[in-house]
Amino acid sequence: MKNFNPKKRYDFSVIEGWIDHNAKVLDLGCGDGMLLNYLNVHKNTTGFGIEKNKDNWLLSLQNGVDVIQMDLESGLAGFENNSFDVVILSRTIQSMRNIESIMKEMQRVAKVIIVTFPNFGYWKNRLQILKGGMPISKELPFSWFNTPNIHLCTIHDFDTFCNSHKIKVIERHIITDQKAITFYPNLFGALALYKLVKK
Amino acid sequence: MEQKNSIGLVKSSIFKSNQHLDLESGQRIDSYELIYETYGTLNKKKNNAILICHALSGNHHVAGRYSKNDKYPGWWDNLVGPGKAVDTNKFFVIGVNNLGGSDGSTGPKSINPKTKKIWGSTFPIITVKDWVTSQSHLMDFLGIDKLAGVLGGSLGGMQSLQWSIQYPEKIANSIIIAAAPNLTAQNIAFNEVARQSIITDPDFKNGDFYQSKKLPKRGLRIARMLGHITYLSNDVMGEKFGRKKVNKKQSPAFNFKTEFEIESYLNYQGDKFANEFDANSYIRMTKALDYYDPAKGKLANLSKVLKKAKANFLVISFTSDWRFSSDRSKEIVKGLLDNKINVSYAELSAVSGHDAFLMNDEHYHKIIKSYFQKIFKQL
Repeated sequence: MKNFNPKKRYDFSVIEGWIDHNAKVLDLGCGDGMLLNYLNVHKNTTGFGIEKNKDNWLLSLQNGVDVIQMDLESGLAGFENNSFDVVILSRTIQSMRNIESIMKEMQRVAKVIIVTFPNFGYWKNRLQILKGGMPISKELPFSWFNTPNIHLCTIHDFDTFCNSHKIKVIERHIITDQKAITFYPNLFGALALYKLVKK
Repeated sequence: MEQKNSIGLVKSSIFKSNQHLDLESGQRIDSYELIYETYGTLNKKKNNAILICHALSGNHHVAGRYSKNDKYPGWWDNLVGPGKAVDTNKFFVIGVNNLGGSDGSTGPKSINPKTKKIWGSTFPIITVKDWVTSQSHLMDFLGIDKLAGVLGGSLGGMQSLQWSIQYPEKIANSIIIAAAPNLTAQNIAFNEVARQSIITDPDFKNGDFYQSKKLPKRGLRIARMLGHITYLSNDVMGEKFGRKKVNKKQSPAFNFKTEFEIESYLNYQGDKFANEFDANSYIRMTKALDYYDPAKGKLANLSKVLKKAKANFLVISFTSDWRFSSDRSKEIVKGLLDNKINVSYAELSAVSGHDAFLMNDEHYHKIIKSYFQKIFKQL
């Protein structure tokens, strides 16, 4: 799900900017562990990754990250309330079944929540749908029949969700091809990054 | 029989402790011996030592062979050797037969120096804590202040956990595989059946059978057969044996001779074990398992107990293991997470059951290899 090129780390640097030095970080669906590794190196963070897939789990371990193999869908039962400074759900939310419960669990275990997701409202996606097919892109590289992504949303949708679920957006950063997008982000942004807290 | 990446021919050594050992039971052993093996070289800083703790029936012979014609290598030879997951080119690996064991360390069949007679029934029950204490004496003797890692599966995993609690300053990494923070009632039940089968064997003679010519083999072989049933999953047993018969004739023989392959397997394993293992050691080892409970039965206590731990942890469980289920490993992980201790946890879907920890599974060994590479980098 997260086989993006680790050299292109614009989203990493945005997240880095949102995290304090020495923070305790929990990365849900940590993939190959490169984000946590990056944060450990640049911000001296400590913490854990959670990863269900065994090959990704092994990559995380090899990338020097402590990683717990478990399914996020069953919640974060092993983790105490407020036991982390930051919890991250990076490029994972769109593949989860129960979004409301994981958002609740994230609010329970950490003060600050970081969520990133591919913006379904990105114009290239819209164009492909207009042409009559499900979109396939750098951020959404799967065909409709083999995609793990079952809960795609737009930036607009996510804003509405936060509003109705008592989540406050502190910062928002929209990216396309490693560049910040400020002009009509819901149309021109491919990847959305949010920093959130409980309302 | 030259094998790839094998440590080759190995020899055992004896550590003689003149230091007494006060046991958890309140009894005292004045002096004792531990038989052990080492592979690889202890580096100048003496910080590359790995202790491998064995399970119920294991011993100090972890890897390599005693002679060129030796039929079987050590019990964890698939994991330990030059270039293997636990790389003896990098680490100094120590295997030790636990106190009270059956393979050369002081145990029930040894001579009690006080009475000059075989201990037999008078040999005390040794606990996991006692084992760890005696192992630490061996580390002192070898000049190792801090182990780079303690690795074990099942009862061996319990020893690794105990090391992290008992000597937090002396262990950098604890690797706990297919273990639990204590036994379930079902596990104690299996152990009790095993013990009863030994104790009620007329040849056991209350544990003082060494003078007679007959060993209590019947009880021991039944205990081992029972063990073997529980170490495998239903699936793997079905896959390996199914309803296959020893003689390919499918018609029933209508007698009680060995007919099904699973019967033959269990009988073979039982016989082999009964000829090799000491019955007194076996019943005492099962007691050590039953008694182990650092959290005194309460999950919340485990977090408190682990507060002391300073090691980094790797915990591995197998989903098909019904004697030490993944949920039990997760209890250990939870206790570590509560204390913000570094831990990685893998839940493997190997089908073999409890015995999976000894199997040659590629992904499983990659995990251990990667973790040990991480340990090596930290030296």
